[in-house]
Amino acid sequence: MRFGVVIFPGSNCDHDCIHVLRNVLGQDVVELWHGDSSVNDVDCVVLPGGFAYGDYLRAGAVAATSPIMPAVKSFAESGRPVLGICNGFQVLLEAGLLPGAMLRNRSLQFRCRPVEMRVESTRTPFTWNLREGQILQMPIAHGEGNYFAPDDMLDEIERTGQVVFRYSEGISPNGAARFIAGLCNQAGNVVGLMPHPERAAEAILGSTDGRLLFESVVSFLESRAVVGRSSWVVATEQRSPTYDLRPTTYDRSRR
Amino acid sequence: MTTVRVVITLKPGVLDAQGQAVRQGLHALGYEGVSEVRIGKHIEITMPDETSVDEINAMCRRFLANPLIEEWHVG
Repeated sequence: MRFGVVIFPGSNCDHDCIHVLRNVLGQDVVELWHGDSSVNDVDCVVLPGGFAYGDYLRAGAVAATSPIMPAVKSFAESGRPVLGICNGFQVLLEAGLLPGAMLRNRSLQFRCRPVEMRVESTRTPFTWNLREGQILQMPIAHGEGNYFAPDDMLDEIERTGQVVFRYSEGISPNGAARFIAGLCNQAGNVVGLMPHPERAAEAILGSTDGRLLFESVVSFLESRAVVGRSSWVVATEQRSPTYDLRPTTYDRSRR
Repeated sequence: MTTVRVVITLKPGVLDAQGQAVRQGLHALGYEGVSEVRIGKHIEITMPDETSVDEINAMCRRFLANPLIEEWHVG
């Protein structure tokens, strides 16, 4: 499969993503420049971590106005998989592809450590191979990961099963509402998360859990290739016909 | 040309961790009467005289501020 990794001025996890996809998973990778106006013929777009445009104005805000973003939006609207990691997640929020916003970490400190998170939804291409309730360990490294949305929006996100990952250690390392570490859009094809799967994809790095997300989308794309490029939505529905929208073990009182 | 000043602040009720830390700093310097500090951004935009307030508000809504967490005042 062919992956497109978007490089913004200030991206710094772009080559980690390219390395994992190309050298660990053996996939084709196209480097997409933020000034491009097309994502070419890729099967999946990855927005990597970093500090695009120096996080000026708000993290992800200037990147969301990049020339490539209209192409990323129409790629997403066509139902094909898009993954935003850390700063890439912030870009997806600012671009309106995912709901909510990021605030400075409640502690005001840059948090850089391994965290555990629980898989809440397996309906996305990136969690398709996982199981609900599965605990994954991978590092976070961010100063603005305090996920915020008004209560009614949070309720809606929960109701529509858009929470994909939750911090599972009983606290949010950044203050994120309802322990939210990762989200998807309503269709499920656009996913953003603060932890870094590309930094946890080889044993020498201490965890290989991150590789599961990339392997998941590869197997998803391969299954879609079998049934035809336009029918991946049908494939998702077949995969999880009895998808349960309720969070697995989320305890609201611990917030 | 005219220069417009836009002040962007977090909405009331949205946690301003930076403001809280600055308030602590002021307390540490002896200004214990300070009850709240909110931090925002000040943006100066120079543009043609005939630019409408509606257009400036659109700039804020679409880009300069995030309406989910921030509000703005055009001065």
